[in-house]
Amino acid sequence: MENSLQALGFAGVKGVRVGKYLELFLEAETREEAAARLKDMAERLLSNPVIEDYNYSLQEVKL
Amino acid sequence: MNCGVIVFPGSNCDLDAYHLVRDVLKEEVTYIDYEERSLQGFDVIILPGGFTYGDYLRSGAIAARTPVMEAVNRFACSGGLVLGICNGFQVLTEAGLLPGALCRNDSLQFRCRQVYVRIENNSLPFTNKASTDQVLMMPVAHGDGSYYAPPEVLQDLEANGQVIFRYVDQRGEAVKAANPNGSCENIAGVSNRAGNVVGLMPHPERAGEAVLGSTDGLVIFESLRGYCKGREVLKSG
Repeated sequence: MENSLQALGFAGVKGVRVGKYLELFLEAETREEAAARLKDMAERLLSNPVIEDYNYSLQEVKL
Repeated sequence: MNCGVIVFPGSNCDLDAYHLVRDVLKEEVTYIDYEERSLQGFDVIILPGGFTYGDYLRSGAIAARTPVMEAVNRFACSGGLVLGICNGFQVLTEAGLLPGALCRNDSLQFRCRQVYVRIENNSLPFTNKASTDQVLMMPVAHGDGSYYAPPEVLQDLEANGQVIFRYVDQRGEAVKAANPNGSCENIAGVSNRAGNVVGLMPHPERAGEAVLGSTDGLVIFESLRGYCKGREVLKSG
């Protein structure tokens, strides 16, 4: 990818890496509750703490 | 020796493992469904290779959270012998039964070829029929086989004799060129602290008959058989 970007003329590109982006809908009463459950999910399944870090953002939506 | 081979959705070396135990070793073997909740009566549980759940999320991640894995956990905690091969190794690390994790090969390419591994610890039920530093030729076939553990964990593994298999060249030297996937310290397989759970990326079950090009993998199953027979004698004595 880095080579391809350089081949396209994008100078100064370094350290290109691919990660994962996950999206999910979660029913919760409060933002705090949603955040707590999301962290639990991230630690128990969505990420592997041996090899991965994670961060998250919450967006309120009406379904 | 009574073996169970777990069949997850996407397992594909379950038949190889079953065939080896039944037709080559002539021992008892049963397929175990991934929704099974009891493993009573088994001496050895094999988690076979494959691509469980299409390797979605991470290799082995979904399979590690299936009902049968709670039973495997209890089985292992009570001293039962568990062998994870390839994807089975990935499942065991994801389930927390073995330390570390398997990452994408450093080449970023699927590696399918014969490799040599050296037995680093021949005092386990899985390796006690092997000689010190015995070198085995077995195939690998994986995209996510690069063993990783944090430096302090690697130190512990080495100190406790939990590194069981290491990629080497034909002469038994752990050189970089012999490492098919970029694994830390050329590690091909590890055990838990107690030594009753072992995982490895190469396929011993596909190296058990001359027609397959190697019979080197047999020593692992012969070791297990010897250990289980010894245990029966102790029980009946």
